[in-house]
Amino acid sequence: MSRIVPYDPSAPLPRKPGHTSRGRLERVLRRGEFAVTAELNPPDSADPEDVYERAAVFEGWVDGINATDGSGANCHMSSMGICALLSRIGFATVMQISCRDHNRIAIQGNVLGGAAMGVANFLCLTGDGVQAGDQPDAKPVFDLDSISLLNTLRTMRDESRFLSGRKITTPPQIFIGGAINPFAPPYDYRPLRLAKKIAAGAQFVQSQYCYDIPMLERYMDRVRDLGLHRQCYILIGVGPLASARAARWIRSNVPGVHIPDPIIERLEGATDQKREGKRICIDLIQQIREIEGIAGVHMMAYRQEELVAEIVHDSGILKGRQPWHRGMDTDPETALEEVLEEVQST
Amino acid sequence: MPRITAYEPAGAGPVRRLRSPFTIRQWSVRHARFLERLYTFFADILLGLHPLWRALGYGRVERPVKSVEQVVKGFLFDCRMCGQCVLSDTGMSCPMNCPKGLRNGPCGGVRANGNCEVEPDMPCVWVEAWSGSRQMAGGDHIQNVQPPLRQSLRGTSSWLRATAERAAREEAARAGGADAP
Ligand code: SF4
Repeated sequence: MSRIVPYDPSAPLPRKPGHTSRGRLERVLRRGEFAVTAELNPPDSADPEDVYERAAVFEGWVDGINATDGSGANCHMSSMGICALLSRIGFATVMQISCRDHNRIAIQGNVLGGAAMGVANFLCLTGDGVQAGDQPDAKPVFDLDSISLLNTLRTMRDESRFLSGRKITTPPQIFIGGAINPFAPPYDYRPLRLAKKIAAGAQFVQSQYCYDIPMLERYMDRVRDLGLHRQCYILIGVGPLASARAARWIRSNVPGVHIPDPIIERLEGATDQKREGKRICIDLIQQIREIEGIAGVHMMAYRQEELVAEIVHDSGILKGRQPWHRGMDTDPETALEEVLEEVQST
Repeated sequence: MPRITAYEPAGAGPVRRLRSPFTIRQWSVRHARFLERLYTFFADILLGLHPLWRALGYGRVERPVKSVEQVVKGFLFDCRMCGQCVLSDTGMSCPMNCPKGLRNGPCGGVRANGNCEVEPDMPCVWVEAWSGSRQMAGGDHIQNVQPPLRQSLRGTSSWLRATAERAAREEAARAGGADAP
Protein backbone atom coordinates (compact mmCIF):
# COMPACT_ATOMS: atom_id res chain seq x y z
CA MET A 1 0.00 0.00 0.00
CA SER A 2 2.76 2.41 0.83
CA ARG A 3 4.12 1.84 -2.66
CA ILE A 4 1.03 3.40 -4.18
CA VAL A 5 1.36 6.61 -2.19
CA PRO A 6 4.64 8.41 -2.91
CA TYR A 7 7.13 7.55 -0.19
CA ASP A 8 7.48 10.24 2.43
CA PRO A 9 10.81 9.83 4.20
CA SER A 10 9.64 11.66 7.29
CA ALA A 11 6.55 9.51 7.77
CA PRO A 12 6.89 7.04 10.61
CA LEU A 13 7.18 3.43 9.54
CA PRO A 14 4.30 1.06 10.10
CA ARG A 15 4.56 -0.32 13.60
CA LYS A 16 5.53 -3.97 13.78
CA PRO A 17 4.14 -6.40 16.32
CA GLY A 18 6.14 -6.34 19.54
CA HIS A 19 7.74 -3.01 18.69
CA THR A 20 7.05 0.05 20.79
CA SER A 21 8.17 2.65 18.25
CA ARG A 22 7.81 3.26 14.56
CA GLY A 23 11.47 4.03 14.03
CA ARG A 24 14.34 2.40 12.23
CA LEU A 25 16.72 2.04 15.16
CA GLU A 26 14.41 -0.32 17.02
CA ARG A 27 13.97 -2.41 13.87
CA VAL A 28 17.70 -2.71 13.26
CA LEU A 29 18.33 -3.76 16.85
CA ARG A 30 15.44 -6.22 17.03
CA ARG A 31 16.61 -7.78 13.80
CA GLY A 32 19.86 -8.58 15.61
CA GLU A 33 21.95 -6.36 13.38
CA PHE A 34 25.08 -4.69 14.87
CA ALA A 35 23.83 -1.12 15.13
CA VAL A 36 25.76 2.14 14.83
CA THR A 37 24.59 5.42 16.27
CA ALA A 38 26.49 8.71 16.21
CA GLU A 39 26.42 11.91 18.17
CA LEU A 40 25.91 15.13 16.26
CA ASN A 41 27.95 18.08 17.43
CA PRO A 42 25.21 20.68 18.00
CA PRO A 43 25.87 24.05 16.34
CA ASP A 44 26.09 27.35 18.20
CA SER A 45 23.92 28.96 15.60
CA ALA A 46 20.35 29.39 14.44
CA ASP A 47 21.09 28.23 10.92
CA PRO A 48 19.38 24.96 9.92
CA GLU A 49 22.04 24.39 7.27
CA ASP A 50 24.61 23.90 10.02
CA VAL A 51 22.59 20.96 11.28
CA TYR A 52 22.09 19.46 7.83
CA GLU A 53 25.79 19.79 7.02
CA ARG A 54 26.80 18.08 10.23
CA ALA A 55 24.30 15.28 9.65
CA ALA A 56 25.36 14.76 6.04
CA VAL A 57 28.66 13.11 7.04
CA PHE A 58 26.70 10.38 8.85
CA GLU A 59 24.20 9.71 6.11
CA GLY A 60 24.21 6.10 5.01
CA TRP A 61 26.61 5.10 7.79
CA VAL A 62 24.59 5.19 11.00
CA ASP A 63 21.24 3.90 12.23
CA GLY A 64 20.50 6.82 14.51
CA ILE A 65 21.77 10.32 15.19
CA ASN A 66 21.91 11.52 18.78
CA ALA A 67 20.90 15.11 19.34
CA THR A 68 22.59 16.15 22.58
CA ASP A 69 20.83 18.24 25.18
CA GLY A 70 23.31 20.82 26.42
CA SER A 71 26.06 18.21 26.72
CA GLY A 72 28.84 19.10 29.10
CA ALA A 73 26.49 21.79 30.45
CA ASN A 74 27.30 24.04 27.51
CA CYS A 75 24.74 26.01 25.53
CA HIS A 76 24.05 24.81 21.99
CA MET A 77 21.07 24.39 19.71
CA SER A 78 18.49 22.32 21.59
CA SER A 79 18.00 18.61 21.02
CA MET A 80 14.37 19.37 20.21
CA GLY A 81 15.37 21.79 17.43
CA ILE A 82 17.92 19.43 15.93
CA CYS A 83 15.46 16.54 15.97
CA ALA A 84 12.79 18.68 14.34
CA LEU A 85 15.14 19.54 11.48
CA LEU A 86 16.51 16.05 10.98
CA SER A 87 13.30 14.09 11.37
CA ARG A 88 11.54 16.14 8.72
CA ILE A 89 13.91 14.82 6.07
CA GLY A 90 13.82 11.26 7.33
CA PHE A 91 16.80 10.78 9.64
CA ALA A 92 16.33 8.49 12.61
CA THR A 93 17.03 10.66 15.63
CA VAL A 94 17.73 9.92 19.26
CA MET A 95 16.50 12.86 21.29
CA GLN A 96 18.51 13.27 24.48
CA ILE A 97 16.79 14.64 27.56
CA SER A 98 18.89 15.80 30.47
CA CYS A 99 17.41 16.25 33.93
CA ARG A 100 19.68 19.20 34.55
CA ASP A 101 17.72 21.71 32.52
CA HIS A 102 14.04 20.81 32.60
CA ASN A 103 11.53 20.00 35.26
CA ARG A 104 8.86 17.31 34.90
CA ILE A 105 6.39 19.68 33.28
CA ALA A 106 8.80 20.69 30.51
CA ILE A 107 10.06 17.16 29.98
CA GLN A 108 6.68 15.53 29.51
CA GLY A 109 5.66 18.27 27.10
CA ASN A 110 8.86 17.82 25.10
CA VAL A 111 8.32 14.09 24.84
CA LEU A 112 4.89 14.60 23.32
CA GLY A 113 6.22 17.31 21.01
CA GLY A 114 9.21 15.24 19.94
CA ALA A 115 7.14 12.14 19.30
CA ALA A 116 4.67 14.19 17.27
CA MET A 117 7.55 15.35 15.04
CA GLY A 118 8.55 11.77 14.35
CA VAL A 119 11.26 11.25 16.94
CA ALA A 120 11.13 7.55 17.76
CA ASN A 121 14.00 7.29 20.23
CA PHE A 122 14.54 9.11 23.49
CA LEU A 123 17.62 8.94 25.68
CA CYS A 124 17.16 9.68 29.39
CA LEU A 125 20.17 11.29 31.04
CA THR A 126 21.00 12.80 34.38
CA GLY A 127 23.18 15.44 32.76
CA ASP A 128 26.57 16.83 33.75
CA GLY A 129 26.62 19.28 36.62
CA VAL A 130 26.42 22.98 35.69
CA GLN A 131 29.96 23.46 36.99
CA ALA A 132 31.28 21.56 33.95
CA GLY A 133 30.09 23.99 31.30
CA ASP A 134 30.14 27.57 30.17
CA GLN A 135 27.32 28.68 32.51
CA PRO A 136 28.44 27.61 35.98
CA ASP A 137 26.04 30.06 37.60
CA ALA A 138 22.94 28.45 36.15
CA LYS A 139 20.33 26.97 38.47
CA PRO A 140 20.56 23.19 38.22
CA VAL A 141 17.07 21.69 37.98
CA PHE A 142 17.38 17.93 38.56
CA ASP A 143 13.68 17.63 39.30
CA LEU A 144 13.79 14.02 38.08
CA ASP A 145 16.77 11.68 37.88
CA SER A 146 17.62 9.43 34.96
CA ILE A 147 15.71 6.50 36.42
CA SER A 148 12.55 8.33 37.37
CA LEU A 149 12.76 9.94 33.93
CA LEU A 150 12.83 6.51 32.27
CA ASN A 151 9.87 5.51 34.37
CA THR A 152 8.02 8.69 33.41
CA LEU A 153 8.44 8.04 29.69
CA ARG A 154 7.33 4.46 30.05
CA THR A 155 4.26 5.52 32.02
CA MET A 156 3.36 8.01 29.30
CA ARG A 157 3.77 5.40 26.58
CA ASP A 158 2.30 2.31 28.21
CA GLU A 159 -0.34 3.76 30.47
CA SER A 160 -1.29 6.80 28.37
CA ARG A 161 -1.02 9.14 31.31
CA PHE A 162 1.18 11.87 32.69
CA LEU A 163 2.97 11.51 36.03
CA SER A 164 0.03 13.32 37.60
CA GLY A 165 -2.34 10.65 36.35
CA ARG A 166 -4.02 12.88 33.77
CA LYS A 167 -4.87 11.09 30.56
CA ILE A 168 -2.90 11.37 27.31
CA THR A 169 -5.24 10.94 24.36
CA THR A 170 -2.60 9.64 21.93
CA PRO A 171 0.42 8.21 23.74
CA PRO A 172 3.92 8.61 22.26
CA GLN A 173 5.16 5.54 20.37
CA ILE A 174 8.77 5.56 21.46
CA PHE A 175 11.86 3.45 22.02
CA ILE A 176 13.32 4.41 25.39
CA GLY A 177 17.02 4.49 26.17
CA GLY A 178 19.36 5.30 29.01
CA ALA A 179 23.07 5.78 29.56
CA ILE A 180 25.57 3.55 31.32
CA ASN A 181 29.07 4.18 32.54
CA PRO A 182 30.85 0.92 33.36
CA PHE A 183 34.07 2.90 33.88
CA ALA A 184 33.15 4.89 37.00
CA PRO A 185 32.91 3.78 40.64
CA PRO A 186 31.20 2.03 42.36
CA TYR A 187 32.28 -0.56 39.79
CA ASP A 188 30.51 -3.56 41.29
CA TYR A 189 27.25 -1.64 41.49
CA ARG A 190 27.27 -0.56 37.83
CA PRO A 191 25.73 -3.79 36.41
CA LEU A 192 22.97 -3.58 39.02
CA ARG A 193 22.40 -0.01 38.05
CA LEU A 194 21.75 -1.23 34.51
CA ALA A 195 19.26 -3.72 35.96
CA LYS A 196 17.54 -0.86 37.73
CA LYS A 197 17.38 1.16 34.52
CA ILE A 198 15.84 -1.80 32.73
CA ALA A 199 13.31 -2.17 35.54
CA ALA A 200 12.46 1.51 35.08
CA GLY A 201 11.90 1.11 31.34
CA ALA A 202 15.21 1.24 29.44
CA GLN A 203 15.06 -0.75 26.18
CA PHE A 204 18.48 0.29 24.96
CA VAL A 205 21.49 1.93 26.56
CA GLN A 206 24.43 3.87 25.18
CA SER A 207 27.62 3.93 27.20
CA GLN A 208 30.19 6.54 28.07
CA TYR A 209 33.45 6.40 26.02
CA CYS A 210 35.12 3.01 26.29
CA TYR A 211 38.91 2.92 26.22
CA ASP A 212 39.39 0.04 28.62
CA ILE A 213 38.41 -3.34 27.16
CA PRO A 214 39.28 -5.50 30.21
CA MET A 215 37.09 -3.30 32.36
CA LEU A 216 34.25 -3.56 29.86
CA GLU A 217 34.67 -7.32 29.77
CA ARG A 218 34.36 -7.58 33.54
CA TYR A 219 31.23 -5.46 33.40
CA MET A 220 29.73 -7.54 30.61
CA ASP A 221 30.50 -10.80 32.42
CA ARG A 222 28.32 -9.63 35.26
CA VAL A 223 25.68 -8.27 32.87
CA ARG A 224 25.43 -11.67 31.20
CA ASP A 225 25.26 -13.45 34.57
CA LEU A 226 22.26 -11.29 35.36
CA GLY A 227 20.81 -11.93 31.89
CA LEU A 228 20.54 -8.20 31.25
CA HIS A 229 21.88 -8.35 27.68
CA ARG A 230 18.72 -10.21 26.73
CA GLN A 231 16.44 -7.54 28.17
CA CYS A 232 18.11 -4.47 26.74
CA TYR A 233 20.26 -3.52 23.72
CA ILE A 234 23.69 -2.36 24.83
CA LEU A 235 25.57 0.09 22.63
CA ILE A 236 29.11 0.96 23.65
CA GLY A 237 30.42 4.48 23.24
CA VAL A 238 33.58 4.94 21.19
CA GLY A 239 35.42 7.84 19.65
CA PRO A 240 38.77 8.74 18.09
CA LEU A 241 41.16 10.77 20.22
CA ALA A 242 42.75 13.64 18.28
CA SER A 243 46.06 13.61 20.18
CA ALA A 244 47.68 12.64 23.45
CA ARG A 245 47.19 16.18 24.66
CA ALA A 246 43.48 16.09 23.85
CA ALA A 247 43.19 12.74 25.62
CA ARG A 248 44.80 14.15 28.76
CA TRP A 249 42.52 17.14 28.66
CA ILE A 250 39.41 15.02 28.28
CA ARG A 251 40.50 12.71 31.05
CA SER A 252 40.82 15.52 33.56
CA ASN A 253 38.04 17.81 32.40
CA VAL A 254 35.14 15.75 31.08
CA PRO A 255 33.26 14.08 33.93
CA GLY A 256 33.16 10.29 33.84
CA VAL A 257 35.68 9.58 31.06
CA HIS A 258 38.29 6.97 31.88
CA ILE A 259 41.32 6.77 29.56
CA PRO A 260 44.02 4.33 30.72
CA ASP A 261 47.69 5.32 30.41
CA PRO A 262 48.61 2.73 27.72
CA ILE A 263 46.19 4.43 25.30
CA ILE A 264 47.83 7.80 25.90
CA GLU A 265 51.30 6.26 25.58
CA ARG A 266 50.31 4.67 22.29
CA LEU A 267 49.19 8.06 21.00
CA GLU A 268 52.37 9.74 22.21
CA GLY A 269 54.53 7.14 20.49
CA ALA A 270 52.92 7.71 17.09
CA THR A 271 54.25 10.09 14.48
CA ASP A 272 50.76 10.97 13.26
CA GLN A 273 48.71 11.12 16.45
CA LYS A 274 45.43 11.83 14.72
CA ARG A 275 45.79 8.74 12.54
CA GLU A 276 46.80 6.65 15.50
CA GLY A 277 43.71 7.90 17.35
CA LYS A 278 41.57 6.64 14.52
CA ARG A 279 43.44 3.33 14.46
CA ILE A 280 42.91 2.89 18.22
CA CYS A 281 39.22 3.57 17.75
CA ILE A 282 38.94 0.90 15.04
CA ASP A 283 40.84 -1.60 17.20
CA LEU A 284 38.52 -0.91 20.11
CA ILE A 285 35.42 -1.36 17.96
CA GLN A 286 36.70 -4.67 16.66
CA GLN A 287 37.32 -5.91 20.18
CA ILE A 288 33.97 -4.62 21.42
CA ARG A 289 32.16 -6.42 18.62
CA GLU A 290 33.57 -9.74 19.83
CA ILE A 291 32.12 -9.37 23.34
CA GLU A 292 28.92 -11.35 23.77
CA GLY A 293 25.86 -9.30 24.57
CA ILE A 294 26.82 -6.07 22.83
CA ALA A 295 24.33 -4.83 20.26
CA GLY A 296 26.22 -1.97 18.67
CA VAL A 297 28.46 1.03 19.04
CA HIS A 298 27.72 4.67 19.69
CA MET A 299 30.20 6.97 17.93
CA MET A 300 31.13 10.18 19.70
CA ALA A 301 33.71 11.68 17.38
CA TYR A 302 33.60 15.16 18.80
CA ARG A 303 34.96 17.62 16.22
CA GLN A 304 36.18 14.72 14.09
CA GLU A 305 32.76 13.69 12.81
CA GLU A 306 34.10 13.39 9.28
CA LEU A 307 36.04 10.31 10.44
CA VAL A 308 32.92 8.37 11.44
CA ALA A 309 32.20 7.00 7.96
CA GLU A 310 35.81 5.84 7.54
CA ILE A 311 35.92 4.25 10.95
CA VAL A 312 32.63 2.43 10.42
CA HIS A 313 33.83 1.30 6.99
CA ASP A 314 37.31 0.22 8.03
CA SER A 315 36.12 -1.66 11.09
CA GLY A 316 33.74 -3.70 8.94
CA ILE A 317 30.97 -3.74 11.56
CA LEU A 318 28.16 -3.19 9.08
CA LYS A 319 29.08 -6.35 7.17
CA GLY A 320 27.95 -4.83 3.90
CA ARG A 321 24.67 -3.55 5.29
CA GLN A 322 23.84 0.00 4.33
CA PRO A 323 21.92 2.14 6.83
CA TRP A 324 19.27 4.55 5.61
CA HIS A 325 20.17 7.46 3.38
CA ARG A 326 18.11 9.84 1.31
CA GLY A 327 17.08 8.36 -1.98
CA MET A 328 16.61 4.91 -0.52
CA ASP A 329 13.05 4.71 -1.78
CA THR A 330 11.80 2.90 1.28
CA ASP A 331 13.06 1.03 4.27
CA PRO A 332 14.62 -2.10 2.75
CA GLU A 333 13.05 -4.35 5.32
CA THR A 334 9.59 -2.89 4.82
CA ALA A 335 9.91 -3.45 1.10
CA LEU A 336 10.96 -7.05 1.63
CA GLU A 337 8.10 -7.67 3.99
CA GLU A 338 5.57 -6.22 1.62
CA VAL A 339 6.79 -8.57 -1.08
CA LEU A 340 6.55 -11.50 1.32
CA GLU A 341 3.05 -10.50 2.35
CA GLU A 342 2.00 -10.30 -1.28
CA VAL A 343 3.48 -13.70 -1.99
CA GLN A 344 1.67 -15.18 1.00
CA SER A 345 -1.66 -13.66 0.06
CA THR A 346 -1.57 -15.07 -3.48
CA MET B 1 41.35 17.78 68.89
CA PRO B 2 44.08 16.97 66.38
CA ARG B 3 47.37 18.76 66.78
CA ILE B 4 48.07 21.39 64.18
CA THR B 5 51.04 19.99 62.23
CA ALA B 6 52.44 20.36 58.77
CA TYR B 7 51.07 16.92 57.88
CA GLU B 8 48.36 17.35 55.23
CA PRO B 9 46.84 14.13 54.00
CA ALA B 10 45.39 14.50 50.50
CA GLY B 11 46.00 18.21 50.62
CA ALA B 12 43.56 18.75 53.48
CA GLY B 13 45.03 20.74 56.34
CA PRO B 14 44.06 20.05 59.96
CA VAL B 15 41.65 22.96 60.12
CA ARG B 16 39.81 21.75 57.04
CA ARG B 17 39.77 18.21 58.41
CA LEU B 18 38.35 19.44 61.70
CA ARG B 19 35.60 21.24 59.87
CA SER B 20 34.96 18.31 57.56
CA PRO B 21 31.23 17.68 57.57
CA PHE B 22 31.70 14.20 56.15
CA THR B 23 33.14 12.45 59.21
CA ILE B 24 29.86 11.75 60.94
CA ARG B 25 28.03 11.10 57.73
CA GLN B 26 30.63 8.46 56.91
CA TRP B 27 30.44 6.99 60.40
CA SER B 28 26.69 6.50 59.85
CA VAL B 29 27.29 4.66 56.60
CA ARG B 30 29.86 2.41 58.25
CA HIS B 31 27.30 1.62 60.94
CA ALA B 32 24.40 1.24 58.54
CA ARG B 33 23.47 -2.16 59.97
CA PHE B 34 23.24 -0.83 63.50
CA LEU B 35 21.27 2.25 62.42
CA GLU B 36 18.91 0.07 60.43
CA ARG B 37 18.10 -1.96 63.55
CA LEU B 38 17.81 1.17 65.64
CA TYR B 39 15.40 2.69 63.17
CA THR B 40 13.19 -0.41 63.02
CA PHE B 41 12.99 -0.37 66.83
CA PHE B 42 12.26 3.33 66.89
CA ALA B 43 9.66 3.15 64.12
CA ASP B 44 7.76 0.56 66.15
CA ILE B 45 7.70 2.90 69.14
CA LEU B 46 6.38 5.72 66.97
CA LEU B 47 3.73 3.37 65.64
CA GLY B 48 2.84 2.32 69.18
CA LEU B 49 2.27 5.98 69.96
CA HIS B 50 -0.10 6.34 67.01
CA PRO B 51 -3.19 6.68 69.28
CA LEU B 52 -1.42 9.50 71.11
CA TRP B 53 -0.48 11.29 67.88
CA ARG B 54 -4.03 10.90 66.68
CA ALA B 55 -5.49 12.20 69.93
CA LEU B 56 -3.21 15.22 69.89
CA GLY B 57 -3.68 15.64 66.16
CA TYR B 58 -0.90 14.85 63.67
CA GLY B 59 -0.97 18.46 62.54
CA ARG B 60 -0.28 19.74 66.03
CA VAL B 61 2.65 17.40 66.81
CA GLU B 62 4.21 18.03 63.40
CA ARG B 63 6.28 21.03 64.54
CA PRO B 64 7.97 19.56 67.62
CA VAL B 65 8.55 16.14 66.03
CA LYS B 66 9.95 17.75 62.94
CA SER B 67 12.39 19.80 65.02
CA VAL B 68 13.67 16.70 66.77
CA GLU B 69 13.93 14.82 63.48
CA GLN B 70 15.84 17.68 61.92
CA VAL B 71 18.40 17.79 64.70
CA VAL B 72 18.93 14.04 65.00
CA LYS B 73 19.06 13.28 61.29
CA GLY B 74 20.90 16.48 60.56
CA PHE B 75 23.64 15.38 62.93
CA LEU B 76 23.84 11.77 61.75
CA PHE B 77 23.24 12.09 58.01
CA ASP B 78 23.44 15.80 57.11
CA CYS B 79 19.71 15.37 56.46
CA ARG B 80 18.13 17.98 54.19
CA MET B 81 14.53 17.39 55.35
CA CYS B 82 13.15 16.35 51.99
CA GLY B 83 10.19 14.91 53.87
CA GLN B 84 10.32 11.56 52.04
CA CYS B 85 13.11 9.73 53.76
CA VAL B 86 14.71 6.89 51.80
CA LEU B 87 17.73 6.28 54.06
CA SER B 88 16.74 2.66 54.60
CA ASP B 89 16.91 2.11 50.82
CA THR B 90 20.15 4.03 50.35
CA GLY B 91 22.60 2.45 52.75
CA MET B 92 22.04 5.23 55.31
CA SER B 93 23.67 7.78 53.00
CA CYS B 94 21.34 10.72 52.43
CA PRO B 95 20.84 11.15 48.66
CA MET B 96 19.81 14.77 49.09
CA ASN B 97 23.47 15.52 49.74
CA CYS B 98 24.18 14.61 46.14
CA PRO B 99 24.56 17.96 44.36
CA LYS B 100 22.22 16.63 41.69
CA GLY B 101 19.76 15.35 44.27
CA LEU B 102 19.81 11.91 42.64
CA ARG B 103 17.57 9.48 44.48
CA ASN B 104 18.05 6.43 42.29
CA GLY B 105 21.77 5.82 42.12
CA PRO B 106 25.05 7.42 41.08
CA CYS B 107 25.47 9.51 37.97
CA GLY B 108 28.13 8.62 35.43
CA GLY B 109 30.49 11.34 36.58
CA VAL B 110 31.85 9.76 39.77
CA ARG B 111 35.61 10.33 39.92
CA ALA B 112 38.03 7.42 39.87
CA ASN B 113 38.80 8.05 43.56
CA GLY B 114 35.11 7.71 44.40
CA ASN B 115 34.56 11.42 44.91
CA CYS B 116 31.80 13.54 43.48
CA GLU B 117 31.95 15.09 40.03
CA VAL B 118 30.53 18.39 41.26
CA GLU B 119 32.22 18.57 44.69
CA PRO B 120 35.70 17.14 44.16
CA ASP B 121 36.40 16.93 47.90
CA MET B 122 33.21 15.11 48.83
CA PRO B 123 32.90 11.33 48.65
CA CYS B 124 30.05 10.54 46.21
CA VAL B 125 26.98 9.87 48.33
CA TRP B 126 26.12 6.92 46.11
CA VAL B 127 29.50 5.26 46.46
CA GLU B 128 28.82 5.51 50.19
CA ALA B 129 25.26 4.32 49.75
CA TRP B 130 26.40 1.21 47.93
CA SER B 131 28.89 0.30 50.64
CA GLY B 132 26.35 1.00 53.39
CA SER B 133 23.70 -1.07 51.67
CA ARG B 134 26.03 -4.08 51.57
CA GLN B 135 25.89 -4.29 55.36
CA MET B 136 22.18 -3.88 55.78
CA ALA B 137 19.61 -6.68 56.00
CA GLY B 138 17.43 -4.75 53.55
CA GLY B 139 20.40 -3.71 51.43
CA ASP B 140 18.81 -4.85 48.20
CA HIS B 141 16.24 -2.09 48.57
CA ILE B 142 18.82 0.04 46.80
CA GLN B 143 17.27 -1.43 43.65
CA ASN B 144 13.83 0.04 44.43
CA VAL B 145 12.88 2.60 41.79
CA GLN B 146 12.19 5.79 43.74
CA PRO B 147 9.47 8.08 42.42
CA PRO B 148 10.33 11.74 41.80
CA LEU B 149 10.53 13.87 44.91
CA ARG B 150 7.30 15.57 45.95
CA GLN B 151 8.47 19.13 46.43
CA SER B 152 5.38 19.97 48.48
CA LEU B 153 6.52 17.65 51.27
CA ARG B 154 9.87 19.36 51.78
CA GLY B 155 10.47 20.41 55.34
CA THR B 156 7.87 18.07 56.82
CA SER B 157 8.48 15.19 59.21
CA SER B 158 8.90 11.95 57.38
CA TRP B 159 8.82 10.02 60.66
CA LEU B 160 5.25 11.12 61.30
CA ARG B 161 4.16 10.55 57.73
CA ALA B 162 5.66 7.06 57.67
CA THR B 163 3.95 6.31 61.00
CA ALA B 164 0.56 7.59 59.85
CA GLU B 165 0.83 5.65 56.60
CA ARG B 166 1.86 2.47 58.34
CA ALA B 167 -0.97 2.82 60.87
CA ALA B 168 -3.45 3.35 58.04
CA ARG B 169 -2.13 0.29 56.21
CA GLU B 170 -2.41 -1.86 59.30
CA GLU B 171 -5.90 -0.64 60.03
CA ALA B 172 -6.93 -1.37 56.46
CA ALA B 173 -5.44 -4.85 56.73
CA ARG B 174 -7.26 -5.45 60.00
CA ALA B 175 -10.53 -4.21 58.52
CA GLY B 176 -9.94 -6.43 55.49
CA GLY B 177 -9.19 -9.37 57.78
CA ALA B 178 -12.39 -8.79 59.80
CA ASP B 179 -14.47 -8.71 56.63
CA ALA B 180 -13.09 -12.01 55.46
CA PRO B 181 -15.19 -15.03 56.41
S1 SF4 C 1 29.17 11.97 41.68
FE1 SF4 C 1 27.75 11.08 43.20
S2 SF4 C 1 27.28 12.73 44.61
FE2 SF4 C 1 28.23 13.68 42.81
S3 SF4 C 1 26.54 14.26 41.48
FE3 SF4 C 1 27.13 12.21 40.82
S4 SF4 C 1 25.86 10.81 42.04
FE4 SF4 C 1 25.72 12.82 43.01
